[in-house]
Amino acid sequence: MAEPDVLVAPSTIEYPFRRTTGPVIGAFLTALREGFLVGIKSSDGKVIVPPVEYDPYTADALTEIVEVGDAGEVTAWSWVAEPLDGQPLDRPFAFALIKLDGADTAMLHVVDTGGDPAAIATGMRVRARWKPPRPVGASEEDDATGAHRVGSILDIECFVPEGEN
Amino acid sequence: MRDVAIISFAQTQHRRAVRELNEVEMLMPVLVDVVAKAGITKDRIDFVCSGSADYLAGMAFSFVMTLDGVGPWPPISESHVDMDGAWALYEAWVKMQMGDVDVALVYSYGKSSPGNLRRVLTRQLDPYYLAPMWPDPVSLAALQARAALDAGVVTETEMAEVVAASRRAALSNPSAQLRGEVEASSLLSEEYFVAPLRRHDCPPISDGAAAVILAADDVARQLCERPAWIRGIDHRIEPHSLGVRDLTRSVSTEQAATHAGVDKDKIDLAELHAPFSHQEVILRRALGLGDEVAVNPSGGALAANPIMAAGLIRLGEAATRITCGAADRAVAHATSGPCLQQNLVCVLEGE
Amino acid sequence: MPELILPARLQGIEQVRSFRAPARLDYQFTAGLATTRFLRAVAEKRLVGQRCPKCQKVYVPPRGACPTDGVPTEEEVELAHSGTVTTFCVVNVQFYGQVMELPYVSALILLDGSDIPIMHLIQEVPYDQVHMGMRVEAVWVPDDELGPTLESIKYFRPNGEPDADWETYKDNV
Repeated sequence: MAEPDVLVAPSTIEYPFRRTTGPVIGAFLTALREGFLVGIKSSDGKVIVPPVEYDPYTADALTEIVEVGDAGEVTAWSWVAEPLDGQPLDRPFAFALIKLDGADTAMLHVVDTGGDPAAIATGMRVRARWKPPRPVGASEEDDATGAHRVGSILDIECFVPEGEN
Repeated sequence: MRDVAIISFAQTQHRRAVRELNEVEMLMPVLVDVVAKAGITKDRIDFVCSGSADYLAGMAFSFVMTLDGVGPWPPISESHVDMDGAWALYEAWVKMQMGDVDVALVYSYGKSSPGNLRRVLTRQLDPYYLAPMWPDPVSLAALQARAALDAGVVTETEMAEVVAASRRAALSNPSAQLRGEVEASSLLSEEYFVAPLRRHDCPPISDGAAAVILAADDVARQLCERPAWIRGIDHRIEPHSLGVRDLTRSVSTEQAATHAGVDKDKIDLAELHAPFSHQEVILRRALGLGDEVAVNPSGGALAANPIMAAGLIRLGEAATRITCGAADRAVAHATSGPCLQQNLVCVLEGE
Repeated sequence: MPELILPARLQGIEQVRSFRAPARLDYQFTAGLATTRFLRAVAEKRLVGQRCPKCQKVYVPPRGACPTDGVPTEEEVELAHSGTVTTFCVVNVQFYGQVMELPYVSALILLDGSDIPIMHLIQEVPYDQVHMGMRVEAVWVPDDELGPTLESIKYFRPNGEPDADWETYKDNV
């Protein structure tokens, strides 16, 4: 079919959101800013990472935040050969579900293997590569650059095969 | 319970980009068609329910504009869900159970072409833990495929066979976007797109629309020689967080199937909303479908995947085969959310 | 909500309560057939609506469907460049992206020959003299600045005709 002769106009939508977190997500993001990871204990004592406010099975309010490791095991992965705008890395990488040490559920993050799809496998160990700490007196503009930790899932730059950092 | 049936179904010829038409222009011929096929005029419609997503259109309350297609003046009884049209159909079915609606129009549409669909769909995800990483639906489905492959639930050969079957079935579907004779073995020789998915394991990006007419009891019998009766319909949802779900199973589909009564009798055919090839295998298993069941005679979502309409199309395709006498009992399925998070199952029967 | 039990390392430090989550999505909007034809006509200094085959109402800008009857509208109708103010408001508030000098008048104008008003500006008259029923005409940009946009009409201004009779626009208020 021939390209139809209609008018087309570009339109960009920007959502300049600042989201409030509540105490549970706030605790997780606070820990990220401080350079470590936490989960929450579920009704049956399992550790859910990232933490959720209510138990996914019983809907009970959960209260006990616990520290977990910043290394763990890849439980599933996909290889992104051509990253999209906005994704954490601009070179080929893997999205991965990672079960951190001390956690009973896996969390989504990215794994950087230096662009090598053969260097990732289910069951392999990976460790978080952290952004540098937030400098004392950093401004809101400084925080927006993404250069240092601010309390965001992106405070972890990526995970890398264990032993590489 | 009132007996409610699908008596009419219409859809667009789905395409990668319907540039010459805006949403209401794309939808209008489908609405005209579905009403004509039902043999009614618009004033017979007691209730209208639609499904669409503003993020696709990039316009807030964009569905309000397509209301012009149904003629909302004087004011009509209407509702909208920010979901696939299959859930709009569910709402209409519930409304009809209350007794004062005999004929309902359900429609849904999606134009993915104005934006970058993979980026747009990241906005449906958890804004705290997921959306900042812009994990696109192909990457997430690929994680699920990896988990299913590792668990031995599916093989890459089975995935390629699903695709080959879809392309072949779509040869007889004039609305399909992708069709053809292709061997699974040649599909397997193609490169990965987002490994372990190859491009053909993913649905095409489509612009399209669909509509059905529902009618209750004697009204349905009057208007249609062989209505496709909804004998069971149910939908279930799982947690959003991928890490707390078993991605290799579809527990919500299993539950919805039980509540819809899928296993009460023999199933002739199934229309499954499996946008990714491995998901068809997971869904067959969840629904307990054996090899004797014809799955996706339309080609399914791998042949055309207008977002927000592809689920409703499964119900329409299954109903059409009952109405024309090709099947007596069919199951139709629709999904929503990443990695089969939410699933609707509907059992349709002829009399 | 019950109190959280925090590990030692999270106690006594400032908690994160919010975070920035900016997002940007780019789209290419298609005007569709009806609106394209309307805007192309505007670029030629013409105003073209569409008539519903059923109720005979003329819609401008046309969207390809009649909102009353839900049928496609295909017949095109050339409209006058003058019309009647059916209602209006006086804008006194600054907002983002605004280029107009305050206060100014934004009005719904029922173009002669159409059955639905369009929104545009009223100028060349003090804001406190604008009123319902006022007859106005389009003031176009110079010919070499015409384009497929409603900005090709700079604004509407009084055309000197006596006020329209209420009966002629009461159904469009």
